[in-house]
Amino acid sequence: MTGHSGTPLVEMQDICLSFGGVQAVDHVSIDLHPGEVVGLLGHNGAGKSTLIKILSGAYRMDSGEIRINGKRAEITSPRDARRHNIETIYQTLALADNLNASQNLFLGRELTTSVGFMDDARMESETRKIMQRLNPNFRKLNDPVSALSGGQRQSVAIARAVYFNAQILIMDEPTAALGVHETQMVADLIQELKKQGLGIFLISHDTREMLELCDRVSVMKNGQLVGTERVEDVTEDDILSMIILGKAPERAA
Amino acid sequence: MSDISEGAARPRRSFVNQLELDLRLVGMIGAFVLICVVFNVMSDGRFLTPRNVFNLSIQTVSVAIMATGMVFVIVTRHIDLSVGSLLATCSAIMAMSQTAWLPSIFGFNLDDPMNALLAVMIGVACGALIGAFHGWLVGYLGIPAFIVTLGGLLVWRNVAWYLTTGQTIGPLSEPYLLFGGVNGTLGETWSWIVGLVAVAFSVWVLMQARRNKTAHDMPVKPIWAEAVVAAIIAVAILGFIWILNSYDIPSGRLERIFAARGETLPEGFSTGYGLPVSVLLLIGVAIVMTVVARRTRLGRYIFATGGNPDAAELSGINTRLLTVKVFAIMGALCAISAVVASARLANHGNDIGTLDELRVIAAAVIGGTALAGGIGTIYGAILGALIMQSLQSGMAMVGVDAPLQNIVVGSVLVLAVFIDIIYRKRTGA
Ligand SMILES: Nc1ncnc2c1ncn2[C@@H]1O[C@H](COP(=O)(O)OP(=O)(O)O)[C@@H](O)[C@H]1O
Ligand SMILES: [Mg+2]
Repeated sequence: MTGHSGTPLVEMQDICLSFGGVQAVDHVSIDLHPGEVVGLLGHNGAGKSTLIKILSGAYRMDSGEIRINGKRAEITSPRDARRHNIETIYQTLALADNLNASQNLFLGRELTTSVGFMDDARMESETRKIMQRLNPNFRKLNDPVSALSGGQRQSVAIARAVYFNAQILIMDEPTAALGVHETQMVADLIQELKKQGLGIFLISHDTREMLELCDRVSVMKNGQLVGTERVEDVTEDDILSMIILGKAPERAA
Repeated sequence: MSDISEGAARPRRSFVNQLELDLRLVGMIGAFVLICVVFNVMSDGRFLTPRNVFNLSIQTVSVAIMATGMVFVIVTRHIDLSVGSLLATCSAIMAMSQTAWLPSIFGFNLDDPMNALLAVMIGVACGALIGAFHGWLVGYLGIPAFIVTLGGLLVWRNVAWYLTTGQTIGPLSEPYLLFGGVNGTLGETWSWIVGLVAVAFSVWVLMQARRNKTAHDMPVKPIWAEAVVAAIIAVAILGFIWILNSYDIPSGRLERIFAARGETLPEGFSTGYGLPVSVLLLIGVAIVMTVVARRTRLGRYIFATGGNPDAAELSGINTRLLTVKVFAIMGALCAISAVVASARLANHGNDIGTLDELRVIAAAVIGGTALAGGIGTIYGAILGALIMQSLQSGMAMVGVDAPLQNIVVGSVLVLAVFIDIIYRKRTGA
């Protein structure tokens, strides 16, 4: 494990959010260091997506505190999150089906000409460049993304995060819709981004995959944090029992 | 519509493919041409006379202008049922401004150009404001657009009534009437000039698009195909101008025009109406709206929000404010349409714009705007308006009973959407 003596990139402390009567996130604290991958595990409905959507500005927390690089951050909208170089790849792909790859990639941050019109040509060539790096087989730059396969759509979503120099990357089940080959592509990409010093929150149901990709894993159940463990300290069975029983593994001090 | 295009396109598919024409556009033009030909045969050639083409153009303008705004509204997954009533309120405001309010405040003469100009500015501002208010109710208060504008349909129709106490207001200012049709045309020379400028502009747009593609190593169609498209456009534009120029101003009217200038009509003199100012206005609106749709952030966000509102929101787009803007544009366009509609009638009457909401929505939908949101074009909506109007006028010309006319128009609307659904399924768009 990499040494984490410096200030964490992200600290989320004592975060709470309820939807009506449902306490979706209940006093959860997690943190993330540069060059680290932290996995979030838990059953469906455990509150993982809700927790990271608070960080990405999609939801507003009821109480708690977020610190970025040690400084308190007010994140009340996706715009705020982007300002803190937080990029998110959502579980349900946040792409507009009727737009093409480059229009989606630059959505909300379009490149413009000197008079303020859309510079589609430049956006397209930038898209071509980044796609060359991420997914060289990607050709359908001019088709609406509704015409793309799950993997191709996912590479558009990932390209969007990578292009804008994210420091903090949130990936909510990025491989759920992908085949074996494409899943491997995402795994390689995570390793590469990690080397570049990004901090990554990763959500997945595949415990084995998580143990391979992550430095630490946090387990949630019913909105609460069960515990956070370094992957070298636990077995797959330990993790599964945390998920199912909601109890941290007992171990000799 | 598209079945016509497919039937026609199949034997020479490769040719059409090389031209890279939009099949939907070809289908609509095909439907329009078919309507024209059928009615022309049935009316013994009266449908395609210069006079009827002229009338058809000026009758289409008001609905077509609003239809371009309706595209934005429907693309963002909303609807506006209030446009006919809003048109009436804007028309009432402008009629009262120029005949009563402005003359009494500023002492303007009715026919003072400043009077007409100020009245139009007030009308457009009111239209935009009312539209923005609708948008605020929809976007910020979360009331469905269907309800807000259904309410608006009743409210604005009757606000118009109160503004005029139910009276017909007229005559309207001379400069204002320029936007109505026969009272405002460019004449032959200027019409040719506008036509040539339009051709030059179209060729420039085509060349620009091609240059842009080659600059980024994108495939382009062969140059001959480019030339064929340019030639088709040029013939269409200049043919249209030629037809409008061959509609001669009646001699009685010419005499009055010359008399007004203190001259007498020379023996044997005749001249055509040429391009109506209202059509020029529509072309201007179409260009601006197309540029907004394709080249600006606003347009990009409108289509993104229609395609996936959540994605738009998560990309940092303020979709509520966007809703306000979209309805404000719709309102401003209702006011512009109100200028054309009331100037054409030369007065403001209570029933102005009645049922226009249905014509406008039908035009947008026939023009390929998807009610599910995210898809639609400005030129499509204008073509849709033209198709609707030619159906209506054509049936009136060949003596179809008024009730049957409406039955046909209603059925065509449903059929057009059905064909469109099949077309979309086939092409997977
Ligand atoms: N927008 C919402 N409105 C109401 N309840 C929600 C909403 N989003 C999530 N929830 C509820 O919050 C809980 C946590 O959901 P979620 O964060 O999606 O879980 P996970 O991603 O771990 O599967 C669930 O009970 C879910 O039903
Ligand atoms: Mg989830």
